[in-house]
Amino acid sequence: MKNPLDSLWGTLIAGLLLTAVLYLFARNFLA
Amino acid sequence: MENIDLVAALSRWIHFMAGVMWIGLLYYFNFVQVPALRDAAADGTATGISKHVAPRALLYFRWAAVVTWLAGAALLGPLFTDTFLLRNGMGAMGIGAWLGTIMLFNVWLLIWPNQKKILGLKPASDAEKNRARRVAFLASRTNVMLSIPMLFFMAGGWSHRALFGL
Repeated sequence: MKNPLDSLWGTLIAGLLLTAVLYLFARNFLA
Repeated sequence: MENIDLVAALSRWIHFMAGVMWIGLLYYFNFVQVPALRDAAADGTATGISKHVAPRALLYFRWAAVVTWLAGAALLGPLFTDTFLLRNGMGAMGIGAWLGTIMLFNVWLLIWPNQKKILGLKPASDAEKNRARRVAFLASRTNVMLSIPMLFFMAGGWSHRALFGL
């Protein structure tokens, strides 16, 4: 599988997905 | 004005200025310099960028990262421990602070040591340079990826935390 960080779009999408995952974590376990 | 307010105000100002320089140069490397070097290598004009631009950009990049982190720590002040332990209402900011800290380590432990080999500031064989290019590239791209949630948790998501339920 191609590394998503090899493309800028892959990097941006990975960053947005990570934001969503961390947001759900923060909202459910830290707020 | 309380002294602690003055320290926080100055720290926030410095944190933003250094942070703009750090993340601005990170985006410059990834959105501008990497593709430009690829094209420049094809027509033999990459030396100018590697010799005159990249070392200067890396100098400001790595020290802006340090100043950003230190000013951020000063801004947190007595909330520093709660932030990094993700407790007492500082959880969302703590996630941003941890992401920023990981990014600082990426700069100093992965990007800069490998860039020294790539730019010829440290002796390295061609095989070592090729490996250094890949490691530095992926560390830099990782920081772009991490900057997205880092800015959400430290900036927009934090100032609008009631809206986001954080």
